[in-house]
Amino acid sequence: MTQVSSSTELVTEAVLRAQGVKVYYGTNLAVRDVTLDIPFNKVVAFIGPSGCGKSTILRCFNRMNDLVASARVEGKITFHGRDLYASNIDPVETRRRIGMVFQKPNPFPKSIFENIAFGARINGYKGDMNELVEDSLRRAALWDEVKDQLQESGLALSGGQQQRLCIARAIAIAPEVILMDEPCSALDPISTLKVEELIQELKQQYTIVIVTHNMQQASRVSDLTAFYNAEATEGGNKVGYLVEYDRTEVIFQNPTQQATQEYVSGRFG
Amino acid sequence: MTTPDSQTFNKDQSTQEQYFTPNLSGRYKWDTVFASFTWLAVGLSVVILAVLLISVVWDGFPRLASDFWGFLTNFPSRKPEQAGLLSALVGTVWVMITVAIFAFPIGVGAGVYLEEFATDNWFTKLIEVNINNLAGVPSIIYGLLGLQLFVRFLEPMTGGRSILSGALTLALLILPIIIVGTREALRAVPDSIRQAGFALGATRWQVIWDQVFPIAIPGILTGTILALSRAIGETAPLITIGALTFISFLPENLQSQFTVLPIQIYNWVSRPQAGFHTNAAAGIIILMVVLLAMNGLAIFLRNKFQKRG
Ligand SMILES: Nc1ncnc2c1ncn2[C@@H]1O[C@H](COP(=O)(O)OP(=O)(O)OP(=O)(O)O)[C@@H](O)[C@H]1O
Ligand SMILES: [Mg+2]
Repeated sequence: MTQVSSSTELVTEAVLRAQGVKVYYGTNLAVRDVTLDIPFNKVVAFIGPSGCGKSTILRCFNRMNDLVASARVEGKITFHGRDLYASNIDPVETRRRIGMVFQKPNPFPKSIFENIAFGARINGYKGDMNELVEDSLRRAALWDEVKDQLQESGLALSGGQQQRLCIARAIAIAPEVILMDEPCSALDPISTLKVEELIQELKQQYTIVIVTHNMQQASRVSDLTAFYNAEATEGGNKVGYLVEYDRTEVIFQNPTQQATQEYVSGRFG
Repeated sequence: MTTPDSQTFNKDQSTQEQYFTPNLSGRYKWDTVFASFTWLAVGLSVVILAVLLISVVWDGFPRLASDFWGFLTNFPSRKPEQAGLLSALVGTVWVMITVAIFAFPIGVGAGVYLEEFATDNWFTKLIEVNINNLAGVPSIIYGLLGLQLFVRFLEPMTGGRSILSGALTLALLILPIIIVGTREALRAVPDSIRQAGFALGATRWQVIWDQVFPIAIPGILTGTILALSRAIGETAPLITIGALTFISFLPENLQSQFTVLPIQIYNWVSRPQAGFHTNAAAGIIILMVVLLAMNGLAIFLRNKFQKRG
């Protein structure tokens, strides 16, 4: 019943490619048979009801699931054509190249400067740290607001500023891909708009995957949208799966699946 | 999704109303009962503590007032008015420093391993349960262990009934407390901080050292100092391993024989002359001052690090 429309036509060059990915937590299958390509310098939105495995799939892309003891990933995920889960791939190096922004802003309880310098330092950054901090904050559209308080705690910022600090921190280590898991869900509408503008800006240089529950947001910021859904199994568990993946206009205006149609128009469930 | 129209909503509510009996006065009565009970519990413990303190100060203060300096700098003596607790005070300092040197790195290390590195399997669970149990083992058992292991078996290294043997025994005694305290401090660090670190390409050690420790260190230090204040008052295990009660020389190295404050106090209490009982009370005052100072240090460190964070 999964009808994934062929995505090859949309793809210039796939940075990340998932093929038949299944994720288990312990013995529970959480998501099954996810096959999709994340093209270069595009914004891909993941949408779908709660618990259908959006975050789970997102965490597979930078191997954050390695940190969940019970998680097990099956299938194949490639990054520039190389198997991300091959034994010669180092998860620590992978996470530098594929950054992540979390649902709740989580700056370190340190100065704004330190928040950004930390990632650079541990990854052996050789350049001028002051320049890097300024540049990252500028690109995250935060510089003007914080340039006089770089030594103050990152926790002293507002929620929206904290989230942009987290984005600045992520781009400071020059990743190729940024994974964002509901980055605006804890923010007010104005901060949300700022972050959305920022995403549009970042698209020039980065490939972005964003999970969101906000349909307008998905249609505003993304080029491609993947709709996930969950179905109950005989055992009573819910298993998530990819329903449809296409250009965002298609998903929102002319989806092939009825479930997608219902979900994007708010008549779901 | 349809929004319920407000009229049906109101009607529903009024029909539901009959199922609720607020009985506010009855509920407030229970509030008062519980508030009084907890107040009584606090009041009682404060009164008992106050009586204890006052009686000790009452008994011991004359000795401190008449010759405070002599009391601190004299060796024990047959004459109560000349007896002081120099050797016990110095012994306590030596023992506590040695205990800290052994127990802090090992306890914190074990706590970090169990909390941050170990995978959750039956083996680590077993270790966890055992450590929690060890924290509750009577201290005399540690004394027996120390006697056999450090005093007898390792005598060539420890020098027998020495500071080193005593310190190692006390270190074993407080190790579980430090481990449990360290784990609690680490567990209080939100996981989102670790996730943030890992997502930036940090190794586990970098995450722990740069992000987790700065947040956890006040808690770890507090736990350690509280564990050390437990060790400073321990008498039974040190008597078991054979610490002396009458020592008129200062320790020269870790293999020297020694005594500590609680043993000296115990010794004075068990003498028949009233003068020694006064000395014991004065010794208790000194011990309590040291304890209070350590607890004060714990609070100071916690506040200091918390402000910085
Ligand atoms: N650490 C975990 N351990 C066990 N099960 C988990 C874990 N994380 C997620 N799951 C399960 O995997 C399934 C998918 O969860 P996931 O967080 O990926 O959903 P989601 O689509 O991101 O939902 P939401 O929109 O609410 O964030 C859920 O059934 C959840 O219970
Ligand atoms: Mg999620």
